[in-house]
Amino acid sequence: MTYIPIADQPNELHDPHTFISKYVWSQDHKVIAIQYGSTAIFVGLIALVLSALMRLQLGYPDTFSFIDPADYYQFVTMHGMIMVIYLLTALFLGGFGNYLIPLQIGARDMVFPYLNMLSYWFYLLSVIILLASFFVPGGPTGAGWTLYPPQAILRGTPGADMGIMLMLASLAVFVVAFTMGGLNYVTTVLQARTNGMTLMRMPLSVWGIFVATILGLFAFPALFVSAIMMTFDKLLGTSFFMPAIQSLGETLNTAGGSPVLFQHLFWFFGHPEVYIVALPAFGLVSDVLSCHARKNIFGYRLMVWAIIIIGALSFIVWAHHMYVSGMNPYFGFFFAFTTLIIAVPTAIKVYNWVLTLWEGNIRLTVPMLFAIGFIFTFIHGGLTGIFLGNVTVDLPLSDTYFVVAHFHMVMGVSPVLVLYAALYHWYPKITGKMFNVTLGKIHFWATFLGTYAIYLPMHYLGFLGVPRRYYAMGNTDFIPDSAQALNANITQAAIFVGIMQLVFIFNVIWSLKYGKKSDPNPWDATSLEWQTPDNPPVHGNWGEKLPVVYRWAYEYSVPGAKDDFVPQSIAPEDVEMLEGEGKYVDRSEEH
Amino acid sequence: MTEQALNNQGHMQNIVDDWSNDKQAYHVPWGKLMMWIFLISDTFIFSCFLVGYMNVRMSATEPWPYPSEVFALELFGQNIPLILIAIMTFILITSSGTMALAVRYAHFRDRKKIAILMLITALFGLSFVGMQAFEWTKLISEGVRPWANPFGAHQFGSIFFMVTGFHGLHVSIGVIYLSIVAFKVNRGDYDKKDNYEIVEITGLYWHFVDLVWVFIFAFFYLW
Repeated sequence: MTYIPIADQPNELHDPHTFISKYVWSQDHKVIAIQYGSTAIFVGLIALVLSALMRLQLGYPDTFSFIDPADYYQFVTMHGMIMVIYLLTALFLGGFGNYLIPLQIGARDMVFPYLNMLSYWFYLLSVIILLASFFVPGGPTGAGWTLYPPQAILRGTPGADMGIMLMLASLAVFVVAFTMGGLNYVTTVLQARTNGMTLMRMPLSVWGIFVATILGLFAFPALFVSAIMMTFDKLLGTSFFMPAIQSLGETLNTAGGSPVLFQHLFWFFGHPEVYIVALPAFGLVSDVLSCHARKNIFGYRLMVWAIIIIGALSFIVWAHHMYVSGMNPYFGFFFAFTTLIIAVPTAIKVYNWVLTLWEGNIRLTVPMLFAIGFIFTFIHGGLTGIFLGNVTVDLPLSDTYFVVAHFHMVMGVSPVLVLYAALYHWYPKITGKMFNVTLGKIHFWATFLGTYAIYLPMHYLGFLGVPRRYYAMGNTDFIPDSAQALNANITQAAIFVGIMQLVFIFNVIWSLKYGKKSDPNPWDATSLEWQTPDNPPVHGNWGEKLPVVYRWAYEYSVPGAKDDFVPQSIAPEDVEMLEGEGKYVDRSEEH
Repeated sequence: MTEQALNNQGHMQNIVDDWSNDKQAYHVPWGKLMMWIFLISDTFIFSCFLVGYMNVRMSATEPWPYPSEVFALELFGQNIPLILIAIMTFILITSSGTMALAVRYAHFRDRKKIAILMLITALFGLSFVGMQAFEWTKLISEGVRPWANPFGAHQFGSIFFMVTGFHGLHVSIGVIYLSIVAFKVNRGDYDKKDNYEIVEITGLYWHFVDLVWVFIFAFFYLW
């Protein structure tokens, strides 16, 4: 048996002919990516509106009669759950994972296109179930996005009847959808790379998405299991998470369950989930920074290893979310230790991003602005994470606005800035049109400065001890009046930033129709997706012949080359040089 | 590169080459790799269930029932502990043997034998699920429910029905999966490309379900 590399084997590609099989029940990874992306952005907008409603209540209590405490809790819960799972996870992995993996590794499609298609439709089903909970009696669940039992399923919590059931069902369906997609991503990255694309030549985007998918495949089972067990507690009256309880004056028929078990299961999923979102962001932003700084990414190998190490460590830090849940103090020590260790590979990444910019030929394009903005917000969110990782510092700060500020800086704003960087960066490739640059810059400055206006004051509120998740503060001695004034200012900033996101939506839709036709490679980027024969790439991606890869994806500012970059798929002898500069020397393997 | 050339290199060099290879790490067909990754993911699901089981067993306030009494069966006028579960475990492990034989005959492209062996495996699986249904019926008739348990802690019934049910679901899916593949093997679907990987992939799933049972058996019946 001779060795036939898989990518060269005659590839039976599904062959769509009708409109429906091309754009609706499509098995093409690019169409699925766009379906995933638009659905995710759509639910994301709903979550944005919910956050605006929450801010209205917090900034101007006693003003809006249509927001009662139950509504407020439902907004909090749905905002958190949608943003973390149905927007960020789905957009990074379902959207960018689907779009970029095959294109950046030189494959024609995912290895199991049919399964990939099912993945999207299951995701859509989970979204529909989730949104359906807005229309059932009692409304969606208001248990907080962590859904802690026993209160999540007890009377008195908003949506404790239908809402929580739909939420758990939706999560279970989402896990199924993610698993189908995730198996595809991992197998594709491992097995369908084109000639010359070694693991250590893959763009960091693929590395980030790849490791994040593995995290997801190992972490989502815990969410799945806890969802099943809580469903049984609610539907069948089991007592997995339910201790003996007196509720509203009556003794419930539950005993001997362990609410802390749920917290362990939830956070065993929940902490890797942070990195399921962050690692693709790390990868995408590395590619954007390197391309627009016209400089190779600093320390490529270390960047890859940092992604892997962060991924591995993320499984042994989960209980730092539970310092106040009542744990053995020795556990607190262990989890504080592992948590702080994660700061090391993360700091390596941050230093490498900054060193990539160092003496680069920075082009301040719209994606680059967002990428640089990300470095700022991520450092801020990361530093406050070191505060909260320590048990003794966490105890007084726990459940205050400091936590809200930290979390939103590091996991809300930072990944969203990367999403915008990536959306602007790949927009010309996905649509074949160029977006409006002025609108893009307005969008950036409003979003970037606006987030600081929102979240910096929240740190201060946290130090004052203002508790999170409260519908209204009332007259409390330790909260000064100035805190209320600050809250109103935060609300104004939040509403402003929320409205400015419409600029982005408008830009995307307007440019689709009226945008200038884009170059196939407008950013002079090296990775494979910019070298496709058609723009935007068509079904099958590469035409007759698969590309061959000769080097890594970061060959920018090459001395003596005619263009200042060398794409991955150009053979060394074909690189055009300036006159009198001699031959091109490939030094990419030295890095 | 031919296999001959590969063999001429040092062993370590082969491993390094494979992993830094531009195409693929080792000759693993796509379907097989995907099944492996899925099974690892599924392992996490079962692990979470078992950890949950250990936790509720610790947190339960009422005493945990003795498995040798709860799972005893009245046979020939004698009360034999764990007899049913011993038979079930034996059958499931035997079915792994027949599955392994089917994979062996897949290497020889012996369609008839593959199909028969896979069907036998499926029948073993079906009888396992049947006996599980019998066991459930017996427990239910004795008053064990997910929310109540006359022998002691509530959680015994809850976790038992949930985990064995989840495993039984896996076995049932496996039976359907095996039957479909056996039918297609018999029809000669896989001769077109002379590719019988699917038999091995199905086998992976089946062995996994079997392996998980060993853990469930140990934790629920012997502990």
